[in-house]
Amino acid sequence: MDASYIKPFVASIQNVFATMMQLPVSLGTPHLKTKPGASSDVTGIIGLSGDVIGTVALAFSEATASRVVALFGGQQLATDNPDFADAIGELVNMVCGGAKAMFTNKRVSISCPSVVLGAGHLVATPQDTPCVVIPCTSDCGDFAIEVAIREAAVPTKPVAAAAAQA
Amino acid sequence: MRILLIDDSRTMRNIQKAVLTQLGYSEICEACDGQDALSKVGAFRPELILVDWNMPNMDGLAFIKAFRQTNRTTPMIMVTTEAERSRVIEAIKAGVNNYVVKPFTPDLLSQRIAETLAKAGAAKVA
Repeated sequence: MDASYIKPFVASIQNVFATMMQLPVSLGTPHLKTKPGASSDVTGIIGLSGDVIGTVALAFSEATASRVVALFGGQQLATDNPDFADAIGELVNMVCGGAKAMFTNKRVSISCPSVVLGAGHLVATPQDTPCVVIPCTSDCGDFAIEVAIREAAVPTKPVAAAAAQA
Repeated sequence: MRILLIDDSRTMRNIQKAVLTQLGYSEICEACDGQDALSKVGAFRPELILVDWNMPNMDGLAFIKAFRQTNRTTPMIMVTTEAERSRVIEAIKAGVNNYVVKPFTPDLLSQRIAETLAKAGAAKVA
């Protein structure tokens, strides 16, 4: 995978956590996800479409997710409270939104987020798309961002041409 | 002042509501998407609208276009993860008065609200 696809997520995750929660995030060395990969308890997932396609996931243990949600939303919530998944979804939404703005000359759209809750679940990604795992460390605990994206086979209209038509 | 908050994330609405409350605004109505907001504007008659872009059912841009067909004056601030310049231009063309990119600090949101209301006030006087 092109490293230029990873850097926006690295920058965005640090920006989102620092701005919304004053929570510094340290990043480990990105590595390719091995099959079936590590499990998580809480995962926020967003789909990308357009010139770049695939999925991006923020994967937490339950303990880390609980601390992050409490800091973000200002209150401690049980994992089965609908607002718990809402908070995780909004975080992954901001991370992906910030990252996609850094993809220069590419038209990319993001989906509404989905959140998976369940102890020790695995997130599968398409076999034809490499998945890069970026380990993250914070005072709330460790978590990871998993980026499984690639260029679309048929690119959409160039940005300049599309803007001229608008 | 009556303020309408439109965002599909309750967490985000709560964060924005906390900022508004701190600024002294307490008459706040919430909507979870554009359709919900359109059903509430008639009775609530907002004097300021904060609207997200990406939402299910009816997104923020569609809401703005629909709302502006009958209301040209109520100031609107788009609060969204959509940060590309082309998106900002699209939103302004549709009728938003100001733009805040998520993530934001409470200070930034407060500043944007203050400048939007100041401009709207100036426009009313003129």
